[in-house]
Amino acid sequence: MTSKTQALSGGFSQPVFESQSVFRMLMDGMAKPGTLCTVDLDVGQPEPLGGAAGAIALTLCDHETSVWLSAGLSQSAVAEWIGFHTGAPIIREKAEAHFAFVEAGATPASFGLFSLGSQEFPDRSTTLVIEVKALGQGPLMTLTGPGIRATQTIAVDGLPDVFMRLWADNRALFPRGVDVILTAGQKFLCLPRTTRLALQ
Amino acid sequence: MTDLATYNFAYLDEQTKRMIRRAILKAIAIPGYQVPFASREMPMPYGWGTGGVQVTAAILGPDDVLKVIDQGADDTTNAVSIRAFFQKVANVAVTTHTRDATIIQTRHRIPEEKLTEGQVLVYQVPIPEPLRFLEPRETETRKMHALEEYGLMHVKLYEDIARNGHIATTYAYPVKVAGRYVMDPSPTPKFDNPKMHMSEALQLFGAGREKRIYAVPPHTEVVSLDFEDYPFEIQKFEQPCALCGAHDVYLDEVVLDDKGGRMFVCSDTDHCEDRRDHGHAGAMLAPKKEAAE
Repeated sequence: MTSKTQALSGGFSQPVFESQSVFRMLMDGMAKPGTLCTVDLDVGQPEPLGGAAGAIALTLCDHETSVWLSAGLSQSAVAEWIGFHTGAPIIREKAEAHFAFVEAGATPASFGLFSLGSQEFPDRSTTLVIEVKALGQGPLMTLTGPGIRATQTIAVDGLPDVFMRLWADNRALFPRGVDVILTAGQKFLCLPRTTRLALQ
Repeated sequence: MTDLATYNFAYLDEQTKRMIRRAILKAIAIPGYQVPFASREMPMPYGWGTGGVQVTAAILGPDDVLKVIDQGADDTTNAVSIRAFFQKVANVAVTTHTRDATIIQTRHRIPEEKLTEGQVLVYQVPIPEPLRFLEPRETETRKMHALEEYGLMHVKLYEDIARNGHIATTYAYPVKVAGRYVMDPSPTPKFDNPKMHMSEALQLFGAGREKRIYAVPPHTEVVSLDFEDYPFEIQKFEQPCALCGAHDVYLDEVVLDDKGGRMFVCSDTDHCEDRRDHGHAGAMLAPKKEAAE
């Protein structure tokens, strides 16, 4: 397929109900950080965007939300695909992005350039959707914080070592900070800024 | 063709739902912080629960079971009309039983029955800003939240004690969420405040006129503000419910005549009916009328 037809294919077949079901998973995932969710839909997103990341883009993005793409994604048909299906403007300025999508292996070296919100408006921060190698396998991490009864354990394969430090720095900025959704293929889990992470 | 074809599912258009959904996700990520959102006009006046209705409409799916309560009751005007609204525009299943519901929209009560994991409680909120009656300027209250400057609220509670000998705030009693934001729990009686603490259900708050959404995730600390020597206390009732005999529930006073006659009954109608069905009886419960049928 050429990149043009790739951009025009896919999407939700039932936009109203499918976006609602993906949103409910996102809402429950944010409310219970670390819960592994599986998107049971094929949205026909172009490589290298994952299925869950594609569904999240279709669910949350529109003309009001500017989207930043990592290098690998912006050079693919993903930019046009998101543009066609959601109407979201693709921007290069990280600080103005409502959502940022990152392909596997390209986890940013810092969250500082993304919007962290202000002390008055901490909600005006970027939500990062980061693709990793695998969820449910790999190094174990312990999560604590609001939404978690005692502790929650997750396994994430493909996060760079620096992520733990980035996340601790992000947590220290509270109430400012980014929120992260980790995706791997059709699976995702949410890490709101309130969650504390520790390697087991 | 059904009437549904004339509206999008759950009344709101998809772009509005996305905007509200994004606000809800940020609200959950910053517990107790009021996220501004572009509240829409709804087919009901402001003050009738437009915030709660918009939140419910944005999260509602065809598999949900909806319960709506107004001051604990399933059968009062606000509850009946909002329930009918969602039956009409979303064709959604409704219930009055707390344990069967996946989404409960409420005006100023939390059900007596303990909420469980996976349930969502949607509050209708008139004034979301707990500091508003102390500081009318939005620019100032925003700064106070930013700087975690809540001394004024404690002064207000202190003045209560100085004037009345106890904290006289009985509803909309301010709480601190996850150790950071002071939040208005909407005008629920302070009796319900302890139920918000470490609740298993997700709690969402929608204020339509004031255009704010906020949230408390499950298993999150919600602490009512107080002093060491004047600890937070909930209302206590001297007598049990006159219909079901329940202690430790919130009671409504019902005036019976002009000679001082009155009764106290459960404000949570579903809880009261459930207890009566299980054979509990209060002092004023009419005997079963099986014979009449």
